[in-house]
Order: sequence, then C-alpha cells, then structure tokens
Amino acid sequence: MKIGSKLYMALVFLLLYSPIVVLIVFSFNSSNSMAVFEGFSLKWYKELFNNDAAISALLNSLILAFSSAIISTILGTVAAVGIHKMRSKYVKSVVTNVTNIPMMNPDIVTGISMMLLFALCGTLIGFGILGFWTLLIAHITFNIPYVILSVMPKLKQMDPRLPEAAMDLGCTPLQAFFKVEFHEILPGIFSGLLMAFTLSLDDFVISYFCAGNTFQTLPIFIYSQTKKRVTPDMNALCAIIFITILVLLLVRNFATDRQLGKNSRRKARN
Amino acid sequence: MSKKFFAVFIVLTVILCPFIYGCSEGEEEIEFFVTEDTASIDYSKYEGVTLNVYNWGEYISDGSDGSVDINAEFTKLTGIKINYTNFTSNEDMYNKIVNGGVSYDIIIPSDYMIEKLIKEELVLELNFDNIPNYKYIAPEYKNLFFDPQNAYSVPYSVGMVGLIYNIAVVTEELDSWSALWDPKYDGEILMFNNPRDAFGIAQFLLKEEGNDINSLSEQDWINAKNKLSEQKPLVKAYVMDEIFNKMESGAAALAPYYAGDYFSMYENNPDLAFVYPKEGTNIFVDSVCIPASTKNKEAAELYINYLMDPNVALQNAYMICYASPNTAVVENEEYLEYLDELHPEAYDILYMDMSEYYSGIDVRGYYFRDLPDETLNTMNSLWNSLKIESTEESSTDFVYYFCAVVITFLLVMFIVNKIKKYKREHV
Amino acid sequence: MKKNNTLAQRLLAAPHILWSVLFIVAPLAIVVFYAFTDSSFGFSFSNFSKLFNDGTVEVFTLSLAFAFCATCICLVVAYPLAYFISRTSRKTQNTLVMLSMLPMWMNFLLRTYALSFLLEDTGFLNNILASVGIDGVSLINTPGAVIFGMVYNFLPYMILPIHSVISKIDKNVIEAAEDLGCNRLRVIFRVIMPLSLPGIVSGITMVFVPSVSTFYISQQLGPTDFVLIGDVIETYFKSSAASSYHLGSAISLVLMVLIFICMAVMNHFSDDESTGGIIV
Repeated sequence: MKIGSKLYMALVFLLLYSPIVVLIVFSFNSSNSMAVFEGFSLKWYKELFNNDAAISALLNSLILAFSSAIISTILGTVAAVGIHKMRSKYVKSVVTNVTNIPMMNPDIVTGISMMLLFALCGTLIGFGILGFWTLLIAHITFNIPYVILSVMPKLKQMDPRLPEAAMDLGCTPLQAFFKVEFHEILPGIFSGLLMAFTLSLDDFVISYFCAGNTFQTLPIFIYSQTKKRVTPDMNALCAIIFITILVLLLVRNFATDRQLGKNSRRKARN
Repeated sequence: MSKKFFAVFIVLTVILCPFIYGCSEGEEEIEFFVTEDTASIDYSKYEGVTLNVYNWGEYISDGSDGSVDINAEFTKLTGIKINYTNFTSNEDMYNKIVNGGVSYDIIIPSDYMIEKLIKEELVLELNFDNIPNYKYIAPEYKNLFFDPQNAYSVPYSVGMVGLIYNIAVVTEELDSWSALWDPKYDGEILMFNNPRDAFGIAQFLLKEEGNDINSLSEQDWINAKNKLSEQKPLVKAYVMDEIFNKMESGAAALAPYYAGDYFSMYENNPDLAFVYPKEGTNIFVDSVCIPASTKNKEAAELYINYLMDPNVALQNAYMICYASPNTAVVENEEYLEYLDELHPEAYDILYMDMSEYYSGIDVRGYYFRDLPDETLNTMNSLWNSLKIESTEESSTDFVYYFCAVVITFLLVMFIVNKIKKYKREHV
Repeated sequence: MKKNNTLAQRLLAAPHILWSVLFIVAPLAIVVFYAFTDSSFGFSFSNFSKLFNDGTVEVFTLSLAFAFCATCICLVVAYPLAYFISRTSRKTQNTLVMLSMLPMWMNFLLRTYALSFLLEDTGFLNNILASVGIDGVSLINTPGAVIFGMVYNFLPYMILPIHSVISKIDKNVIEAAEDLGCNRLRVIFRVIMPLSLPGIVSGITMVFVPSVSTFYISQQLGPTDFVLIGDVIETYFKSSAASSYHLGSAISLVLMVLIFICMAVMNHFSDDESTGGIIV
C-alpha cells in the first residue's frame, strides 16, 4: 500500500512535469528549434536578459499577480465570513450565485464583458482608461470567487459554537474572529491566496482584453509572438521561473521545518 | 512567513541575474548609425515625449540574437521614449482601436485593414514634410488600392504566401495549390488556421469558375468552403505558428505559409522547398499608419521617417526576413550577400516580380480587400461549419459513450442511495 | 449585543457586494444587451436564430461531453493523489501541494506548446513507443489528445480543493469508524468521501468550466474536424465585422446558461447541506 501510493504520486507528478522538463531541456538548445536538439548552449539565456520587453513583461506579471492576489484574498475572506453569517437564505444564495459568475463564465466572456464596460467608462469620461488599474480590477474580480471557494469549506467545517464560546468568555466579536475563526480558516485563506496568485499569473484571455497599451503581462507578450513562433528564450524564462520557485519551495520548507521544531520545543518546555 | 518568502525570492533573483549576465558578457556592442539626413533633424522639442507603438509580434529588430535594438536607438537619437506592444492579427488590432479606448501613435496593419481604417476615418493623413525618407519607397508599393493617394500610410514590409514542401516526401516538383488536395499526401498536409488565408487558397484554385479572394457573392464562399471540405480528410492539422515545428521535424510535408518564414524553417530543415503556385497567391503589404487617437502626430511622423531610414530599414529587413519596400535596402550589397547565405534563391523568392511571374494577370487582385460585414460573417460561419464537419478518421463517439456510461452509473448510484435511505427511514 | 453583531457581519459582505454589482453584474448586463441587439443596436432575436441554424448546437454538445470526460478523469486521478498527500506528514504535505500547483506557474500557452511537442508524431512519446515496438501511433491531433491536454492543464485545480478538505477532516472520526469495525476501504468510501464532498464539488467546478470554454488546447492538440465552443466564440470576438460581437455574446450567453444548469444539476445530485450554497 505504502509503495503503491508513492508510485502513484510519482506517476502523476511525472505527468505534470514532463512537458516542463521538455521546455527546460530545449531552453539549452543551441538552435531555435523545439523539434531537434542540436547541442548545449546558454544562448537563449543571454538572449532573454537582453530582451527588455520580456523582462518587463515578467515584472509586470509578478506585480499584478501579487497585488491582485493579496487584495482579492482580503476582500474574499471578509466576504466569505460575511456570506457565511448571513441569516436570510435567499440573500445568501443570490450573493453566492453572483459571486460565482466569473468562475462559471468562460474567460473570454468575462474578458470581453469587462473590456466593454471599461470602454464604456472610457467614452463617458472622455479618455481611455485601459491599463494597469483595469487589469487589476479584472484580476481581482475573477480571483475573488476562488478565494471564497477555498475559505467557505473551512468556515463550514468549523464548529459554529467556537466563536460563540470565545465571546461568552469575554472576547469582542472582532477578537473572537481573529483568535478563533481566523485561525481555523487560515489554511483556506492560504490556499485561496495561492490559487489567486496562480490564476492571476497564468491568466491570458482576460488580461488580453483588459490590458491597455502601457502594461503588457507575460502571457500577452508570449501570445503576441505566436504569429511567427515562440522563441526559445521564453523556454529559458520558464526554466528560470521554475527553478527559482523550486528553490524557494525548498527554502520555505526548511524554514517551516525549523519553526515547527521551535514550536514543539516551546510546547515541550510548557 | 510570506515576508521571508518574498525576501528569499528577491535575493535569489539578485543572485541569479549576474550569473546570467556573466555569460552574456564578451559580446561587443554593434555600432549603429542612421544616415546623415535622419540624424540632422532637430528632435529637441520632442524630448520626453512617449510614443505608443502597436505592431505585429517579432516584427522589428529588437536587439535579440545580436541584432540592433531599433527602438532603443531611436530613444538614444531623439529622446523620445517608445512604448512598444504587439498584436497577433489585424482584427485584434482593429477591435482594440475601436472598442478598447486605447490611444496609439503608430500602428502597422496590413493592406485591407488600412482600407477599412481609412474608410472609417480611424487613421490620420500624414504630413510628408516630416517624412523625407519616403523617397526610398519603391514605386511599385506606392498608390496601392488601399491608399491610392499615398496620404495615410507608408509601406513597412511586404510578403507573399507560397507552398512549402519537404522533398524527402514529395519527390515531384510542385507548382500548384492542388498538391494540397492530392490524396497521395494524405496526413502530410497542413493548412492555415485562419479563415481568410485558408479560403484564399481554395478561391485561387477555383479561379477558373470565376471565384475570387475578394468575392462578394455568397455562393462563391460556399463553393470555396466545399472545396476545403474536400480537402479536410487529408489535412493533418490547421495551424499557424505550430507550422514551424511540424515542418522542421518532418511531422508534415506540405504547407502554405509566408515566404519570409520559409527561410527560418529552411535553416533547421534543408529538405524544405518553396514555390509560388501557378494559380496565384496572396500578396500583402504591411504599412505604418497614425491612428486618429494619437497625441503626438509630429513625433509619430518622425518615428515613421526613422523607420524608413535606409540603415534602420536594413536592420529590420535582416530581422523580419520579409521583403523590404525600401529601395536603399534592396540595393545594399551586404544585404544581398546576407540573402545569398540564407538560401541560394532567397532574393528571387522574396523579391519575385509578381506581375512578370503571373504574366498577363493583374496581380492587384491578389491583395485581400476589406470585405463588408455580411461577407465576413458568412466567411466566419462557413469556417466554423467546416471545422465542425466530422471526417471518419477522428471519431469522437467514444467520448459520448463514456459520458453516457458515467451518467448512467451516477444515476443508478443516486437511485440506490435514495432507496436505501427510504428503507432505513421506513423500517 | 446580538443585533450589533449581525449588523457588523452584514457589513462584512458589503464591499464585496458592491464590487460584484460594479464588475460582475454590470459587464454581464452589457453582454446580455449585445446578445439581444443587432449591429445597429436595435432589439432582435436574429443572433439566436442564426445560432440554431449553423451547427453550433452540435459544438455545444461536443464541448460539454469533452469537458465532462476530462472532469471525470481529473477526479479519478486527483482524488487518490489528494488522499495520499493528506496522509503524509504536514511538512511533506505542504511541499507536495506546492509541487502540484507549480506547473501552473509556467505559462499556460507554453505548457500546451510543450505538450504538443511531446505528443508530436516525431516527438518524445512516439519515439519511446517505437522503441518498444509500437509503431505509427498518432497521438497528436486526436480527440484523446484534447482530453489529455485538458486533464494535464486543469488537474491541479482538482487536487488543491480536495486536499484542502481531506486534510481538515477530524482524525477522530476516522478512528471512530475504524473502532466500529470499518476496514480501510470502507473508511474511505463511507467516511472520507462523503466528508470531502465540498472539495470535490469545488474541484469539479474548477475543472469543468475552463474545459468547456477552452480554445487554445483544442487548436493545438485537436484533430482537424474539431472545434469546441470556445473556438467558435473566439472566432466571433476576433472578427472585425460589427455584428460579430453580438453573435459572440449570444453564444456566450447560451454557454453560460448551460453551465449554470449543469452545476445546478450536479448540486442537486450531490445532495444535502454539506454543499448547499457554495455553488448555485
């Protein structure tokens, strides 16, 4: 059983990672073909770092993903708690349904509809408003339902008597929230944040329609190259992102490990 | 925790950067100068202005692969900043301009789109006093149908569609689009994945029957679609950029594509050959225009002038590899040598005199024209129905069977559960 | 005390409701407006009548069937994985969850591009198959490749919510079940699965919806006679004809309604309180 489960996990991860391995391997290809590996070279990495447009697109993507993930996590968590506590079943279902629309809706429809809205606003105030802010709004909008979706199950799993008990013991509602509920739903919030960041980083369609002329994200940049072909320096970019995150992950794990150790020691002392 | 996360991220990026920069060192900066005329213009009053340039992807010399970064050089020369973004199709660009509420100063659309933009007054007339380098434009690219008075646009790059084939598979010499309909090459054929180009090929083949790439008659489009339906069982895939990998790796052997891009495939697979089919082929001219939403028309005109500078146009011609409408480029010895190295017939392929090649035919009919909405909608809906039609080979039935089985299973489970529950409650 | 409480709690959802009205309801209203008007913005049903005449209905069923297929496979693959992950130590759990999300941080277009390269006739997988003696199998440009592409691209969205729910299940409940004489399998089917239903529902939603509306995957990996509804919508929104936005909006509207119906049906069948309110 143990071996079986490990083997299974290994297989699924192999499936998930093989295309990425291919990308990384071909980022070291000396020719620009994705079909024939002709020899090892760092040419595309060199190219990438001379490619200002790509680098600034990457930075833009990161800025956008960070800010939209954080804002939507805050908004979404607060909203989830609010929705969870709603008394009226009718209002509750209306709000949740509306919230879920961006998730149910195909990306392209969300993107187009937001673009039409922004264009309308633009004509009303007399100048185009597409740019970083519209992108941010669009990303927050499609991130919120995912945050709520991650937080909601945790809220439901939580014993509703817990915050009540806290309040009976003298906590204000706010204290009760931060001391009890927040703690309980934290894993949900974290996975919501992770999800929001991931979706935002990966989104192409919605960004494509809501981006103006000044702010280009990485997916838009890559897509715009496809008239000719995706150059291998994009593979190099992927390889760098991948390895950075992988290292980060290991470091983070190491840190958590130490923290856990510290906590347990503290517990032992108590 | 997340602070730490972020800090580590920054530290890592900082550590990684010099490592990569390290390997880029040792490469010498290319010396680049524009001609005297362009350099001597007084740019001082535009200092600090930003121009928004909207162009096709990879359609300018941008500093990659040891080339000259044209936009950076422009900023160095004039102090005008360039904000450069890309689009993937004329229609995308059009939608962005019309619906997006975004202001651009320079756009580089193709012929038929310029015709539409002029018709809808979305581009401005140029002041050619600011574009003295216009004199380098070859006469055959002036007075074209989309801008008969040469008032709105300056040609930037020119191309034609041809037939690319792999001589390892195709042993005969091809000269006709009908090869793409030849059952011999079943499963080796690639086709354009955009309606206008794909219909175009069918319409060239149906020329004898009076069909035309700019036909307004619905029946013509239906005929063209039927022609494409005939071809469909033989087609391996409808592709755009995927064509490079498929042709280079030998996964497919015949495909229509743009002449300039053929060379980049040829570099990786010398078995590939190229021909302009005898029925005719699409010619396109991409030209620089200034959209009506511009805020710096004069600066934009200076940018156009800069693009037409012989040295700048030369760098772009190296990079883009399409034909350049700039006479100074075509006469440049180095450029001709470069083409020679690229492919023995590169010059002939890129700069083929079409009116001679298709002798006696008015090649002006080989340009796409702006089509009315009605026709465009017909084309789109025919294209969709072409894609939907199923060929026997790739049956999707199993998907339906699978769905049916799973749904039945779920239903049975559900009912069984309900019955159990009922029994439990009523015993 | 109690009254203040509810007022404060109601206010919690207020910013979100305002946001939803501005950026979800308003844009949607514009789409509906486009769907019911023609290019001169006069009211008409012509968009819908056109839609039922040119084979779009077929595309709808095909898209739904493919998405359903991909979602089932995702669930079957992801559930055991999420379960196995939740049984490892907490530290390993974090790492594994991150690892399953990591591929999503690569660009979607590039991932699919790389996948198409793997499946190519002259590609890696075919070379392996050929070396084992299985020759001439065409992997790319088949319906199977499209499903594979969907599963590959959306699998992490199934793993994450399921894992997040399973990992939160009270261990005492499982122990109690074991004490009462359940074997491992019975525990899984009778205890863990029902308890993880909210996660499953979230996962299904997050895989099903993007699968229905995807367009890049089908173009890169699909056979020639293959369009999903996402492709159709894309063609209309990418055309420069003035009325194409109206047609595209009409199709989008129908798609949206269909997805809502699917989700409602799923929620109805998945029963009871545990899911109520999350979706539909």
